[in-house]
Amino acid sequence: MRLRALAALGVACAAALSACAADAAEGDTLTVLAAASLAEVLEPIAASFEDEHPGVDVIASYAGSSDLAAQILEGAPADVFASADEATMDKVADLVTGTPVVFATNTLTIAVPSGNPAVVATLADLADPGIVSVICAPQVPCGTATASLAALAGVTLTPASEEANVTDVLGKVASGQADAGIVYVTDVARSEGVEAVPIEGAEAVVNRYPAAALASSDTPELATAFVDHLSGEAAREALAAAGFGIP
Amino acid sequence: MSGPRWLVPLALLGALLVAAPLVGLMARASWGELWTLITAPESLEALALSLRTAVASTALVIVLGVPLGFALRAVHGRVRAALRAVLLAPLVLPPVVGGLALLYAFGRRGLIGAPLEDAGISVAYTTAAVVLAQTFVAMPFMVVSIESALAARGERREAIAATLGASRTRILARITLPALGPALATGAVLAFARALGEFGATLTFAGSLAGVTRTAPLEIYLARETDPDAAVALSLVLLVVAVAVVAIAYRPAAMRGVR
Repeated sequence: MRLRALAALGVACAAALSACAADAAEGDTLTVLAAASLAEVLEPIAASFEDEHPGVDVIASYAGSSDLAAQILEGAPADVFASADEATMDKVADLVTGTPVVFATNTLTIAVPSGNPAVVATLADLADPGIVSVICAPQVPCGTATASLAALAGVTLTPASEEANVTDVLGKVASGQADAGIVYVTDVARSEGVEAVPIEGAEAVVNRYPAAALASSDTPELATAFVDHLSGEAAREALAAAGFGIP
Repeated sequence: MSGPRWLVPLALLGALLVAAPLVGLMARASWGELWTLITAPESLEALALSLRTAVASTALVIVLGVPLGFALRAVHGRVRAALRAVLLAPLVLPPVVGGLALLYAFGRRGLIGAPLEDAGISVAYTTAAVVLAQTFVAMPFMVVSIESALAARGERREAIAATLGASRTRILARITLPALGPALATGAVLAFARALGEFGATLTFAGSLAGVTRTAPLEIYLARETDPDAAVALSLVLLVVAVAVVAIAYRPAAMRGVR
């Protein structure tokens, strides 16, 4: 598995595709553009795919789903797109082959600094002005989900800050700059210095991860096979272990 | 002085490298909607906050940065070199590093922030935090501007005033400061621009809430994901300000009234 090193190489490949094809002389290269929240979990999934398809190299490039969608729209050469939400997949609907397959789900949770110093117990605690809370801005997917969940619970949140992405929320919580934040379950699982306080009824707002083969792929069969692999046994195990829900 | 001819293609390449992104930004702007996008409530709120905080930061930079410039001239040798290195560090520090540094100093669990928090004073997530971050990154411009202006002028007039019995404060107010006028103006203009553009430290340290801490650069960062046209429109406003500021700060000496 040379996934991490190859992720960097993937950028270089965009500039000199032919040179990379020559390097992978023994087989094909599959470029996967994946949402940042998939970064850790995709490594074992890609490894098991490489085991099943000898000679195939999976190169993964991670970024925010919106950024990846923008790259695809600007013509980035890639084979598979795995998005963190369906709205973003819809943006590139004209550039995918087949129907996007939802392979994982994610729900929201409260993240607190280790030890939960402010003793946050419920979502309603985040409406307490004495508790410094940080959420995603309603303009971005995690913020939209947060707003839906708060509305369902009948809670009016009073955030000290509305961040542009989950990572910035996590950073504020992990550093103790905030007493609580709302992030995805899997974000807490992969972060140090934070712990989760489950939200009652969180399953009412589910974030769905679709994947699709891209029409621009040079290896459409492999691309489709990778999308199928994401719903396969090995992938399901890895995803569940990382805290994702399986549809 | 025009140098050898082979410098020309390299210079052209350099100019292209600098100008292409600016032109690229302009090419992406939806000029027809530009005014609507800039005057949208979120944009105006962010621009107004940026303006308010940058003015406050510039005032702080003048009040604190000018004495620092003097202090730097007052010490000598290695002490001056070391002090200068520390004071100018924010100039070259990666923005996110500056943010982390501020966080660990003034954050809720920071060196100074924690005792303040215990005393009931919270800087985090306030407009004051934005001003603090901006002052941190903008201060070096004033320090370096004052220090080099002091180095460039002799102290003959001050010496004469002193023999005539003028107090140090009087000498500073009547002789030194007026002579430093152009340097002070240049330092202030550059500090203002740097404050206006501050992003990393604000994002890491102050947070992002509309009207409180979400300055124009943070609004651009957020809009980039959801409303790229609005992001480009706001970027153009900051681009115009940046170009204007540089034009003012580095205007030819003749126009500055330098004797």
